[in-house]
Amino acid sequence: MKLWLFQHRQACALALRKLRLAPFSTLLGVLVVGIALALPATGQMLLDNFLLLARNFSAQPQISVFAALNAGKNEIGAIEARLKQHSGIKEVRFVARDAAIARLKEAAGMAEIINSLPENPLPDAFVVLPHGTDTAQLEKLRDEISKWHMVEHVQLDSAWVKRANAILELGHISLALFSGFLGLALIAITFNTIRLQILTQREEIELSRLLGATNAFIRRPFFYFGILQGLLGGGAAWLIVTGITYLLRQPLNELVTFYSFDFSLQGLQPMQTLLLFVAAALLGWIGSWLSVGRFLRNADFT
Amino acid sequence: MISFERVSKRYPGNIDALADLSFSIEAGEMVLLSGHSGAGKSTLLKLIPAMERATRGSVIVNGQNVSALKRAAIPFLRRNLGLVFQDRKLLYDRSVFDNVMLPLAIAGFPPGDVQRRVHAALDKVGLLTREKARPITLSGGEQQRLAIARAIVNRPAILLADEPTAHLDEAYAIEIASLFRAFNQVGVTVVIATHDERFFSSYATRRLMLSQGRLAA
Repeated sequence: MKLWLFQHRQACALALRKLRLAPFSTLLGVLVVGIALALPATGQMLLDNFLLLARNFSAQPQISVFAALNAGKNEIGAIEARLKQHSGIKEVRFVARDAAIARLKEAAGMAEIINSLPENPLPDAFVVLPHGTDTAQLEKLRDEISKWHMVEHVQLDSAWVKRANAILELGHISLALFSGFLGLALIAITFNTIRLQILTQREEIELSRLLGATNAFIRRPFFYFGILQGLLGGGAAWLIVTGITYLLRQPLNELVTFYSFDFSLQGLQPMQTLLLFVAAALLGWIGSWLSVGRFLRNADFT
Repeated sequence: MISFERVSKRYPGNIDALADLSFSIEAGEMVLLSGHSGAGKSTLLKLIPAMERATRGSVIVNGQNVSALKRAAIPFLRRNLGLVFQDRKLLYDRSVFDNVMLPLAIAGFPPGDVQRRVHAALDKVGLLTREKARPITLSGGEQQRLAIARAIVNRPAILLADEPTAHLDEAYAIEIASLFRAFNQVGVTVVIATHDERFFSSYATRRLMLSQGRLAA
């Protein structure tokens, strides 16, 4: 056991020395791995933030109930009463047509347009907060209210949430495909790096075999090299993603305050960071495993 | 210790390097393998550490049938042999110390042992003061001594050398020959293939003469 540890430490030290002795090619290798990993990681980070933002929007589904334009005071009152009595509804807020148009007038450039209108085009409306967030239930409620007397239109705000979810789903699938391809590319990169190393060390490897080295002994430093390059690349990727997060946060904050959301761009979560490094090491290992394996099979210098 | 039983080796293209060869070498012997170049000396030596496999017959080393050995077992056979290659196979990008250390690293010796054994081996061949030097800065004779130090650092029971005095001045060759004798005197079984036997003939216990892949008495 102690010997086993010692041999692994030695192989690791050898791999580290190789990385240190060729700083330029190490840097290039790490950069390539880092960028290849940073692309899907950045995608994941942005997607997660989009999800966070979407939740912010849809935490409280709303139903907008628009009355018919010709509805009188009594009819409006009747609608309000029915809404307030409905068991599926938590809160009802009345938006009078006059108040609505007054608010619209405050918006820049809108006053002139509205003043030029012969009459107020806006109907009386209610903003309804229902109990529960179940989409099917909400849809039922919408259909029910829309049949009421003098109700012109009922708008369920969760419709766009559905759309957003569909987009998110698409994003997840695209990201998975993208990550898969980049993973393959990473394996190929490591494969090639190790292949070149083997070529330059062919003499040493052949001699080692003649002196009684097992395949495991020959493989070991290359495994460590693949894993170390992967981990360094993972570190580079982490720096890239964190850098992007940092750069985007300020302008995004400014944008978000316009919409008065409580939102700040999140970087990679600890679990995701861990996953990034594990994936990086694993891909490096697979690349070196394939490369050394192929060499040992093909090189028949017993 | 080493025995060949009706061993033949045929290379692709129907070239018979060895034909129906039988002999055995006992522990503690110093055997000289002589003959012209192309007589099959190198092939014979390569059969012992399974660098080549016999086409027919069996090669027994330390009671193991090398010709039937599984691939995975070969490294462990080689660790018990000291090999001095015809082309030396030194690593020129490593120090003298690191070259000698290689077999110990391969066999997995702990670091303390490694240093002690490398120093002992370098001391035996007279290169202790050059441990930090690069092999390229050594003379031809010194490089050969380095190759020998690497072969004996594992303290093998059998030492095989292929043309160890080739391309060496006479003075160096005599030095090398006496080194092999010294190892033989402490009990190591030594087999030396050489086309120039004058340096060894006084030390060898036996001489196997090869001619066209056969033993010539």
